[in-house]
Amino acid sequence: MIDLKGKLVLALGERDGVPGPALQACAESAGAVVVYMATQCFV
Amino acid sequence: MDLEEQESIRRVAEGGHKDRMVVLLGTPTAGSTMMTATTLTQGDPSYAGPLAGVPLGLPTYHILEDDVRQAIPADVYQREVGPLEFVLDREGITRALQAVRERSHQT
Repeated sequence: MIDLKGKLVLALGERDGVPGPALQACAESAGAVVVYMATQCFV
Repeated sequence: MDLEEQESIRRVAEGGHKDRMVVLLGTPTAGSTMMTATTLTQGDPSYAGPLAGVPLGLPTYHILEDDVRQAIPADVYQREVGPLEFVLDREGITRALQAVRERSHQT
């Protein structure tokens, strides 16, 4: 298990996968600080 | 990963505290995972973007990896990731990341 507590997370989501805000919510709930968040879309 | 995003990430990573930074991916396939993870650890393999020749070396994980899932409260993971855990190619994505990590250790 990785330790996300206190880590600075770059959350790179994708529209066809897991979007950025979902990654952010997960990371923050594990004690991380999200310093960058995006959801890529390739259409 | 588009060129604009590469530039944004380069700026954030070079802004300081890189030793505390971790990338969390939500890419949908093994191919997109490998391409993004390679770009963020070893530099842009297409040599087209701002990260060409810039090996940031950021530890990179995918939200579907067991090691990540276990770090997140189960109720939050279920709400935010939910059924995607079973729809996306978790095995392929995990294998792709392992390959990138092995390559990173060799260089």
